Amino acid sequence: MRYISNTSAQQKEMLARIGAASVETLLANVPAKARLSRPLALPAAMAEGDLVRHLRRMAAKNASADDFACFLGAGSYDHGIPSPINHLISRGEFFTAYTPYQPEASQGTLRTIFEYQTMMAELTGMDVANASIYDGASSLAEGVLMAHAITGRAETAWSRGVNSLYQQVVETYCEGPDFRLKAVRLGDGVTDLDALRKAVTERTAAVVVQYPNFFGCLEDVRAAAEIAHAKGALLVVAADPVNLGFLTPPGALGADIVVGEGQGLGVPMSFGGPNLGVFAARADLVRRMPGRLVGATVDKDGKRGFVLTLQTREQHIRREKATSNICTNVALCALMATIYVSILGKAGLRKVGELATAKAHYAAERFAAVPGVSLRFNAPFFKEFALTLPKAPDRVVKRLLKDRILAGVPLKTFDRAEKSTLLVAVTERRTKDEIDAYAAALAAAVA
Amino acid sequence: MEARAPYDRLIFELSSPGRFAYSLPALDVPSADPATLVPAQFVRSTPPELPEVSEVDVIRHYSRLSLMNYGVDTHFYPLGSCTMKYNPKINEDMARLPGFLRLHPHTPAASSQGALQLMWELARDLAEISGMDQVSLQPAAGAQGEFAGVLMIRAYHLSRGERRHKVLIPDSAHGTNPATTALAGYQVVQLKSDEAGEVDLADLERHLDEDVATFMITQPNTLGLFESKIHQITEMCHAKGVQVYMDGANFNAILGITRPGDLGFDVCHFNLHKTFTTPHGGGGPGAGPVGIKAHLAPFLPTPVVVEDEEGQFALDWNRPQSVGKLQAFWGNFGMLVRAYTYIRTMGPDGLRSVSENAVLNANYILKRLEGDYDRATAGPCMHECVVSARRQKKLGVSATDIAKRLLDLGFYAPTTYFPLIVDEALMIEPTETESKETLDQFCDAMIQIAREAETDPRRIHEAPVTTPVRRLDQTLAARQPMLKWTSPAR
Repeated sequence: MRYISNTSAQQKEMLARIGAASVETLLANVPAKARLSRPLALPAAMAEGDLVRHLRRMAAKNASADDFACFLGAGSYDHGIPSPINHLISRGEFFTAYTPYQPEASQGTLRTIFEYQTMMAELTGMDVANASIYDGASSLAEGVLMAHAITGRAETAWSRGVNSLYQQVVETYCEGPDFRLKAVRLGDGVTDLDALRKAVTERTAAVVVQYPNFFGCLEDVRAAAEIAHAKGALLVVAADPVNLGFLTPPGALGADIVVGEGQGLGVPMSFGGPNLGVFAARADLVRRMPGRLVGATVDKDGKRGFVLTLQTREQHIRREKATSNICTNVALCALMATIYVSILGKAGLRKVGELATAKAHYAAERFAAVPGVSLRFNAPFFKEFALTLPKAPDRVVKRLLKDRILAGVPLKTFDRAEKSTLLVAVTERRTKDEIDAYAAALAAAVA
Repeated sequence: MEARAPYDRLIFELSSPGRFAYSLPALDVPSADPATLVPAQFVRSTPPELPEVSEVDVIRHYSRLSLMNYGVDTHFYPLGSCTMKYNPKINEDMARLPGFLRLHPHTPAASSQGALQLMWELARDLAEISGMDQVSLQPAAGAQGEFAGVLMIRAYHLSRGERRHKVLIPDSAHGTNPATTALAGYQVVQLKSDEAGEVDLADLERHLDEDVATFMITQPNTLGLFESKIHQITEMCHAKGVQVYMDGANFNAILGITRPGDLGFDVCHFNLHKTFTTPHGGGGPGAGPVGIKAHLAPFLPTPVVVEDEEGQFALDWNRPQSVGKLQAFWGNFGMLVRAYTYIRTMGPDGLRSVSENAVLNANYILKRLEGDYDRATAGPCMHECVVSARRQKKLGVSATDIAKRLLDLGFYAPTTYFPLIVDEALMIEPTETESKETLDQFCDAMIQIAREAETDPRRIHEAPVTTPVRRLDQTLAARQPMLKWTSPAR
């Protein structure tokens, strides 16, 4: 049998040593009544060649970003992924290791996490970052719960500019402790600061904004911080770290906790997962943070080494009193991000931001010049923008697929009021030719 | 593994101003200075302190760091409860097919039929393997699967107008069980194990009442024992309206042998990174699908992958009683492709053989070690065995010491000090992918250590000496947390 190493002769030898007649004898504790008396009703085993053919056929039914010009965003982005990442993460020593419980035999993983924590702290402008959470949405949920635990308050003021899929996740996490989200409306594409001021009270644990927000617009994080802090609430900012080589980091604007989806940092889109939940905070909040942390220390010879630390926050030690239930996180995705940031470096990450914003602004100008099409908001945006279309966005998307363009995300499933809105993302990978082709196809589709 | 590798650099320490490794496209659109496209207050004034290195620096640095790790590809990794089996390479090739790897989650359903079909089939297969009625693939890891499961149970009780407050958990449970329970807003009540290491039925009876939402059990349990009175347990629970949750961390013991659904469980989660060979990646990503019986179906996380009459697959969002979402998108899809590939590779007979060989291997280790280490329980075990180092402890050698000595002898260590109810616990899970030769080498090493504990304990206390660093000062790390690199220039 494939992937099973013992020969039948060895199996017999082992049973003899154990003193059991058969494997059945070893399963004596499984009552007869509990036994499955038939084979599992699953497709028969496939030989590798047949299986590859089968899966290739399935994969070919999907519109991959290799074959289509991808203008989709809304939380997952087609940023470039440098070749070394796949080669390095595929090394079995990284790939097939687990949580570094034995630090002496896991220094490779521990060092990469330490580097990752440093990079995320730098990008977000925060003091400390953890080893990762599952994805941007669950990271935000953990951030909100942490703010509740710190302040002892039960409400969160939630900007309507935050991804509504994130809102659904945060609501799920807030269900048990019964914390309430209070929605704060948008003005022209960004959080209405007067409405925010009214929403934030002495009962508010956290103010949550996304930067740039779900619609691509740039929020006034500093103003949100002032409003939150005036009432003793914490400011939680959701930000995509790939943008933060170019944009002012939330840490410099008064954020207390910064979370984000780090998929843009070299992690494949892979139909939405696995992703990379970034989590960073002020130094004084570190003992309330969820998830793993790696710290530097020395070995018994005084040599530098790294360990999992402050573990008394975690479930395997604290059980029901832990800061979170998270155990397995996304270390391998964090490694992808670490290698990505190493390759892009200080200058490259800024360039990624410059290219994306330049191309996004060119695209917005071209698309909004199509008769009947306009920009949904006037607020400044970064690499993503919302268009108002004169025809149903679903149909426009379908039409542009024929030109091998993934045109954007229709927002009506996110918000009924946005039934004419299409959200378009432009990364550094999009070319002028693709944008021009999009503009021409859009003009034809809405004519 | 390099012996006492001399390499001790962080990527930041290789940095040199002006060096770079990236390759980015030229700006091909007519544009003003990008810094003027967005208002100045949004443009970063000081660049982040990030490394400036060449591609060869990157390759060599991370290759060298990888050599400081033990992984399944290089070492026997008997970490109990983690199922560190071989991760097939074909899974990796399939997950990297561009139609899967380069697929955006918001691609219209008509243009992502292959991905949706794969998810639909995998959910169906996991339902068959577990005897559950439906499976959600959304949870990102086991702990999130538990969370989804407990929330569905909560929603179920509430839909019947019942607000229950307690969750029962055995004292042998994984830490995630109580942590998840607390996250879902429940009070945790810990149950005792009986002398055989199974659930104590009398203690269960005492605690069961109409205020209990669910009883969470790991089956087989963390002592590696199948809970033999499981039918009685599920019947006792159901009589009080209590839902029974199975932590599926140990599913590798029961594939094709027994099914949680047939045992009376209402919910169970899977760890695809354990039983279904997706890689552990140094600590994730995993995937934690959750299976449920039909009465819990209205509460499944959204969206649910469905197939219509014409054989078209879609995401169904219209589920008003759903517990909501666990992560932004539909699940850790890359892991789902790997698990699907594995299940198709093995087929029904192969999967059963997996569990039979996992059980055989664990019992073989137990037999070989029982003369030198105390068994935690009597009788045969399932896919893992727990022994205690209490005999060695009397000689001044702890479970930790044994773990460290194993590293020098070329093995990763078993799980130590878990389950909590066994003193000086060493929890050993060999998995089915290991051969008798490897198991013999490991057992020889364990027996050698037991001898050394009697004759040369100093050697064990000094271990490890072959690893890149020796025992590390955990206290210092926690007292003066240094959680990031700081430039000496700052």
